[in-house]
Amino acid sequence: MRGAEDHSDTFPKLLMQHARQRGGRAAIREKKHGIWKTLTWAQLAEKVQSLASALAESGLKRGDHVALVGDNRPRLYAAMCAAQWLGAVAVPLYQDAAASEMVHPLQSAGVTHIFAEDQEQVDKILEILPQCPAVTTIVYDEDRGMRHYRQPQLISFAALRDKGLDLLAARQGMLQDELAKGSGADAAAMFFTSGTTGQAKGVVLTHASLIDRARVAAEMEGLNDHDVAVAYLPPAWIGQNIFSYAQPMVVGYSICCPESPETFLSDMREVGPTYFFAPPRVLEALLTQVSIRMEDAGRLKRWLYQRCMAVADRVGARITSGQAVPLGDRLAYSLGNLAIYGPLRDVLGMSQVRVAYTAGEAVGPELLMFFRSIGINVKQLYGSTETSVFVCVQPDGEVKPDTVGPAVKGVELKFTPQRELLVRSPGLFKEYHLNPEATRAAKDAEGWFHTGDAGYLGEDGHLRIIDRVKDVGALADGTLFAPKLLENKLKFFPFVKEAVAFGDGREQVCMFVNIDMAAVGNWADKKNLSYTGHGDLASRAEVHALIGDCVAKVNADLASDSTLARSQIHRFLVLHKELDADDGELTRTRKVRRGYIGERYQSLVDALYSSQSSVRVDAEVRYEDGRVGKVSADVKLCNAKTYPAAPLKKAA
Amino acid sequence: MTIQLHAHARAFPIGETILQVEDVSLRFGGVRALTKISFDVREHEVRAIIGPNGAGKSSMLNVINGVYRPQEGTLTYRGEKLDAMTPRRAAHMGISRTFQNIALFKGMTVLDNIMAGRNLRMHANFLEVAFRLPRALREEAENRDKVEEIIEFLEIEHIRKTPVGRLPYGLQKRVELGRALAAEPKILLLDEPMAGMNIEEKQDMCRFVLDVNDHYGTTVVLIEHDMGVVMDISDRVVVLDYGRKIGDGSPDEVRSDQNVIDAYLGVAH
Repeated sequence: MRGAEDHSDTFPKLLMQHARQRGGRAAIREKKHGIWKTLTWAQLAEKVQSLASALAESGLKRGDHVALVGDNRPRLYAAMCAAQWLGAVAVPLYQDAAASEMVHPLQSAGVTHIFAEDQEQVDKILEILPQCPAVTTIVYDEDRGMRHYRQPQLISFAALRDKGLDLLAARQGMLQDELAKGSGADAAAMFFTSGTTGQAKGVVLTHASLIDRARVAAEMEGLNDHDVAVAYLPPAWIGQNIFSYAQPMVVGYSICCPESPETFLSDMREVGPTYFFAPPRVLEALLTQVSIRMEDAGRLKRWLYQRCMAVADRVGARITSGQAVPLGDRLAYSLGNLAIYGPLRDVLGMSQVRVAYTAGEAVGPELLMFFRSIGINVKQLYGSTETSVFVCVQPDGEVKPDTVGPAVKGVELKFTPQRELLVRSPGLFKEYHLNPEATRAAKDAEGWFHTGDAGYLGEDGHLRIIDRVKDVGALADGTLFAPKLLENKLKFFPFVKEAVAFGDGREQVCMFVNIDMAAVGNWADKKNLSYTGHGDLASRAEVHALIGDCVAKVNADLASDSTLARSQIHRFLVLHKELDADDGELTRTRKVRRGYIGERYQSLVDALYSSQSSVRVDAEVRYEDGRVGKVSADVKLCNAKTYPAAPLKKAA
Repeated sequence: MTIQLHAHARAFPIGETILQVEDVSLRFGGVRALTKISFDVREHEVRAIIGPNGAGKSSMLNVINGVYRPQEGTLTYRGEKLDAMTPRRAAHMGISRTFQNIALFKGMTVLDNIMAGRNLRMHANFLEVAFRLPRALREEAENRDKVEEIIEFLEIEHIRKTPVGRLPYGLQKRVELGRALAAEPKILLLDEPMAGMNIEEKQDMCRFVLDVNDHYGTTVVLIEHDMGVVMDISDRVVVLDYGRKIGDGSPDEVRSDQNVIDAYLGVAH
């Protein structure tokens, strides 16, 4: 059987292998009309073949590009595989992107066929269609509201599939030829990077690299065809593609598509995934929900929860890692497991989870340890679109908050003198689409990919990431300045939603802080502090004091580390408006765009480095419907408590 | 957001008269609620009844629905003259309605409330249901299927199992629309569907009303206060004032009718 697996070097071939080996088992489940509907591997294979026949008939050729815009649906993944069957490249796009943001990907990839989920997506595409003349076919999945559309490019998914079904018998020969023609070296998919700077680049990944990484990681975790994952993140993101397309195709496990984003949590409880991926912000939202609901619970329940969580805090993480703990603690933990941890895991829909990953952003130690302490095996990993995700993964039992684990099998790591991490692995991308210059800049002649991340390997062989290389700067006196490290330390406080650090080339470090409305609002309620909204709350002296405490704690922490002691935060301000992707202050994946924010709020930055105690600011706000409003406010500038650097300690 | 209506050909073109109201007068003792009102409703159209407070709008709806029996005048529904209309008969004939003050079962879930709207489509008797006999189970499944379709249509999957009393007002209104739709009506009577809603909820509701009309071809008769809404989504408008009809026609005609301007609009927009 192993031999047979190795012959399958493309996703369509893997699909056919599963259809033969486990045809009757579930490939994709979708909740529709309140009921989970199952698509088996055999049904999926048939669907893909009929789609491929119809697509070939409509002119799709080897090397063409097919865009997919929509939420996680079986149809989307079937279309992706059908495109790959014919040797075309799948180009998933973010479903929440504005029409104008879709022009560049569609144009640069020369997309000919588009699969759009519903009327909303079709409307966006029709709006920009004149700018994308290569598009010949737009396939829509949901026909609601679509009956009046008369554009010749439009066809419904059902109609396309029916057309394909009629052709299926006649086109068998062609299908088998196309299947055989595909090889691992072919481009399988193209992902547009979020583009913190400039135009998004199309990262081209081959079947071989995606399959290799998917397989290595699956073997490491011992994934098998009984595993279940929930597909709930945007399909245009490489991680989602790995977990709900590449890995199921390699391993044969099934994925579940929730009914809608709003029902995700309850749907997840129903399916009980065994394999789960969540970016830190999702874990954070879950933890916040638990804490808020616990605070509303009765006194007895609260007491029980606190007692049990104290035990979990002490030994839970070690038990989850399989380390030895005293018998008494183990007993206390099993009682807690009965009373709290078990039910809690169930409420979170994670009672069956064997392996969970988090990645994408630094994760707070308390957040990670909360999930680990209640028995959920959450681990960190490191990777990017260009590396087909898996570069480093924390193995079971070696989970530490400040690392992302050792290199996965097949990956070589090395560092430049500037501490930039270079990666060489079979999972590396083929090229940036039609951008040889950028490709050369990112991947050198020896095949090393320049990640742009600064980091170092600890003595334990685990990789630690400091920041983006271009963001790592120096204070005026030459001290290392790693803004993201500082921001993350501050963001680990629940009251802080976003933080932006300034200091490159300056005397000292200053910080913008965005308060977390839910957490600070709750705190204000308890303090009987009345407020009207975010702007009002952010301007309160009490809130400034609260944030000041957080900053002081970060400074105390920094002071104890000799290399970072000088980058303590001297002044900060609480921003009057929430940073927003619609205003261009965050990327679509919610990372702060430090440079842009620095320019936009130049007056605030200047004021921080002056001796002023407050400053007046006007800011443009873009509403969701595209209208632009103005917000003006007085922003207070606060001085933070700093600590003298600790005397140099001998390295342990 | 502007609501685009009839920018394209309709799937269900406006057809023949489906409901004819002729010289209807309604009195409560000495109070004349309605005086010699006549108008027609055509199949697949959106027909609005507007007018200031106390103009007789709700009374008119209650007459169509069979709650009030008018002293004079006739109702003709699909060519059949209706002498003794009752709410139950109206429901059997395919007339569903929603209420100005939400009339849902607050303690029941969204799903159960909408299932209640399928009442007329259930034929299994008490014992069959109690003992879960095949016919009852089959009917339950069929009706549930239809209800789920409506839940998807109204985009309320996430509150399927939530008791209605816990929902915000705008969503309750949507659930009520769902229950009315569950009966698969020919005519849908909406009593101030947008009352008390914020702009966003109103826009959502407008979209649903138009979608219902467009997708199922349901004829819609609605009473509304909000002039903007009425003008945007209606094909034809009847204007009442003090129980009399003072205008009837397309939104543009009504808007420029001097009688209507004087009585209701005040100034021309």
